[in-house]
Amino acid sequence: MAVAVETQKTAALTGNEAAAQAMRQINPDVVAAYPITPQTEIVQLFSTFVSDGLVKTEFVAVESEHSAMSATVGAAAAGARAMTATSSQGLALMWEMLYIAAGMRVPVVMPMVNRALSSPINIHCDHSDSMGARDSGWLQIYSENAQEMYDNLIQAVRIAEHPDVLLPVMVTMDGFIISHGMENVELLPDRAVQDFVGEYHFPYPLLDVEHPKTLGPLALQDFYFEFKRQQAEAVHRAKNVILAVAEEYARISGRRYGFFEAYQMDDAEYAVVVLGSTAGTAKYVIDQLRQAGEKCGLVKIRVFRPFPGPELSELLSGLKALGILDRADTFSTQGGPLYLEVKAALYHALKRPKCINYIYGLGGRDIDPELIRQALMEIKDLGSEQADGVGPIVRYLGVRE
Amino acid sequence: MTLSSQTKNLLKVHQQVNVNIEPNAGWRDLPIGGVIPQAGTATQFATGDWRTIRPVWSKEKCINCHRCWLYCPDMSWISENGQIQGVDLTYCKGCGICANVCPAKVHAIEMHPEDNFKDDEVVKEG
Amino acid sequence: MALPDLAKKPQRFTGGHRACAGCGFPVTIKIILQAAENPVVVGCATGCMEVTSTIYPYTAWRCSFIHTAFENAAATMSGVEAAYRSLKRQGKIDKDIDFIAFGGDGGTYDIGLQALSGAMERGHKLVYVCYNNQGYMNTGIQRSSATPRGANTTTTPAGTHLPGKPQYPKDLTAIMAAHGIPYAAQASMSHWNDLYRKAQKAFAVDGPAFLNVLSTCRLGWATAPEDTVDVAEGAVQCNVWPLFEVENGKWKLTFKPKKPLPVADWMKQQGRFKHLFQSDNTELLESIQRQVDEDWQRLLELCGE
Ligand SMILES: Cc1ncc(C[n+]2csc(CCOP(=O)(O)OP(=O)(O)O)c2C)c(N)n1
Ligand code: SF4
Ligand code: SF4
Ligand code: SF4
Ligand SMILES: [Mg+2]
Repeated sequence: MAVAVETQKTAALTGNEAAAQAMRQINPDVVAAYPITPQTEIVQLFSTFVSDGLVKTEFVAVESEHSAMSATVGAAAAGARAMTATSSQGLALMWEMLYIAAGMRVPVVMPMVNRALSSPINIHCDHSDSMGARDSGWLQIYSENAQEMYDNLIQAVRIAEHPDVLLPVMVTMDGFIISHGMENVELLPDRAVQDFVGEYHFPYPLLDVEHPKTLGPLALQDFYFEFKRQQAEAVHRAKNVILAVAEEYARISGRRYGFFEAYQMDDAEYAVVVLGSTAGTAKYVIDQLRQAGEKCGLVKIRVFRPFPGPELSELLSGLKALGILDRADTFSTQGGPLYLEVKAALYHALKRPKCINYIYGLGGRDIDPELIRQALMEIKDLGSEQADGVGPIVRYLGVRE
Repeated sequence: MTLSSQTKNLLKVHQQVNVNIEPNAGWRDLPIGGVIPQAGTATQFATGDWRTIRPVWSKEKCINCHRCWLYCPDMSWISENGQIQGVDLTYCKGCGICANVCPAKVHAIEMHPEDNFKDDEVVKEG
Repeated sequence: MALPDLAKKPQRFTGGHRACAGCGFPVTIKIILQAAENPVVVGCATGCMEVTSTIYPYTAWRCSFIHTAFENAAATMSGVEAAYRSLKRQGKIDKDIDFIAFGGDGGTYDIGLQALSGAMERGHKLVYVCYNNQGYMNTGIQRSSATPRGANTTTTPAGTHLPGKPQYPKDLTAIMAAHGIPYAAQASMSHWNDLYRKAQKAFAVDGPAFLNVLSTCRLGWATAPEDTVDVAEGAVQCNVWPLFEVENGKWKLTFKPKKPLPVADWMKQQGRFKHLFQSDNTELLESIQRQVDEDWQRLLELCGE
């Protein structure tokens, strides 16, 4: 159903407030969550919605994130739309249950506010937390700003619950930078969000006691593999669903989303690939360099799981050089997780750009425009005819030597 | 939005009351997520061949106290309208609990080596 | 309720499961499920019960069942129960449904204690049942904090220096009662009537209930399969496993042995204590007996006996 774009309200909100507003409008049946900086505000705000009767949600103030995810899985399997939210150590504590949520195919949606992982303990942004969960079977959508967080969360419900998918989705935003930064956010009318997300439907609800079924059994060598194969297929199918949901969302909101955003890429010769809020800073640098006549561009990945490999490869293979910015390390000597994915995506391309990796911003270390400009200049040099070899493939940006 | 053919297939499977899960079913034909969309399918798995001794019931001696029915871990004692009918050996693992909990003075159940019976006598006694 | 009448109710747990011959917990399940008047949703922790009753594609459950992991049966069922309350409040469901979480002693006393404590404290209308077989049986008979002192397990093997598990089990039923929940009780699969009545009470309370049910593992206890009920009975008769309930804070003994058996008599029935009788362990046996006597006295006082 189309909603006139002009009925949207603009509000000055932090990323956490935008996420909480999206949750209020989604109005889930159950929310089970536990506080952790920088996500805490989402839980607190949502609790006030419950206390003030603004939502129909049963809020379960659990005693840990492991229980938050367990209860959310239980609620979703029971037949209720269920959500939780977390960050960093909280996500780490959920680890076991992330795989179980995906394996049981419960369409849980979770805002995830990116924060570094201990040790040392640190409350600021990097992507180590969600990157560690990249192979858990969850779909992952990264947001550049509060508006995207809001839009992505609403779309995530439809993606997760689509019968072709039935997988949990985490929607991330950068801790503090987005979660606590105030911006103007366009909010859809409550009704429009309600109509967009529709009724929850899970094919095997436990509360349908007339049709008893067993969820989460033991499956051994004779069946386990088939279930994992199904799961892999569902992630493949999520690609079509993500695009179709984005299309429908554009009709009610006027805001368009794809797997990634290509910025100044039409004639670009070299580029950077980034995730999250860094895209904002990088666009500013690209604009400046473009004014100086540089043929540089940027790709901001929105959907990291499923990874849009072929689509990216098509976009990037014509470039001369490429720098991939990672706000997490894999501690494998092979570079950050985004780098590894992008490079793998390019392997079968007929033409491949030279590819290097920048690891930056760990534990919330600032990434200023000057650092990005430096990186882009290095990438440009790498792409020039005279360049010989690539030098170090993994570089650390903004660390004191 | 259109559904993939596997999803259509799965939704169909889910709507059936009796799902016969074929041991050789491919991933496209299995319900998703490991769900067993049906109740009590273990009744299709006979554990009776674990047994080395078997309970033999004397209808004459039985006082119908139902202790055998209660304490059998394998749900093997058949009770109809509150009357013990005998033992279904399909699942009986021969633990001997029933013979042990049958009141000593009654002694309506005796355990006998499985070798004393021919295969074709199995399944149901009563 | 007389047993022949109990047998008239449809059973919700079937044969064809893969628990060892003579395993105790299927009986515990049977008695508890027969006591539920409403449809039930069962949650189960990883452990022997889950692993033997749901080997794909065979399930022994005739009711809705969910297993997610080992330490979180209480948390998973908190979510299921919250979903029920939400949907009921919204008028999307009208049936009365009972919720049960089963966990082994490992999944309850040890790794699942936090989730259990949380669920009980939050007040979910949920009956949590610990089917207590006094050890981690599924992984091959390791000690738990429910394992009795002196027991030979694979992580407290009886050796030349250590005579089995050095510690006494902790009193989880008292810990759960201390949560101030409306109903907590200790029961044994051997005393079916007592267990049945306690299960009925647990289902009837408007809030969380906890049942700690001794359920023989004849493999881990090294007992003959036919003795499963007798050994559980012995634990009650020697006061190692007293039967009591705590209803709205009021402690009550529900069974009192006429003349308590010596603990050693019960231990002699089981291979896991065999080593204690093969050399001189008089002192240890005496101190175990003393501890059981002291615990029993304390319980009598609590129960105003
Ligand atoms: C997080 C986690 N740790 C360890 C295990 C391995 N594990 C599975 S069952 C089990 C012991 C179960 O003991 P208990 O809860 O007493 O149940 P029982 O098998 O004795 O019935 C263990 C250690 C696991 N599945 N998950
Ligand atoms: S021998 Fe064991 S399994 Fe067989 S009927 Fe008797 S109690 Fe049941
Ligand atoms: S226990 Fe013995 S007396 Fe009682 S019903 Fe069974 S067979 Fe009959
Ligand atoms: S190991 Fe023990 S608890 Fe597990 S199935 Fe066997 S007898 Fe039962
Ligand atoms: Mg155990």
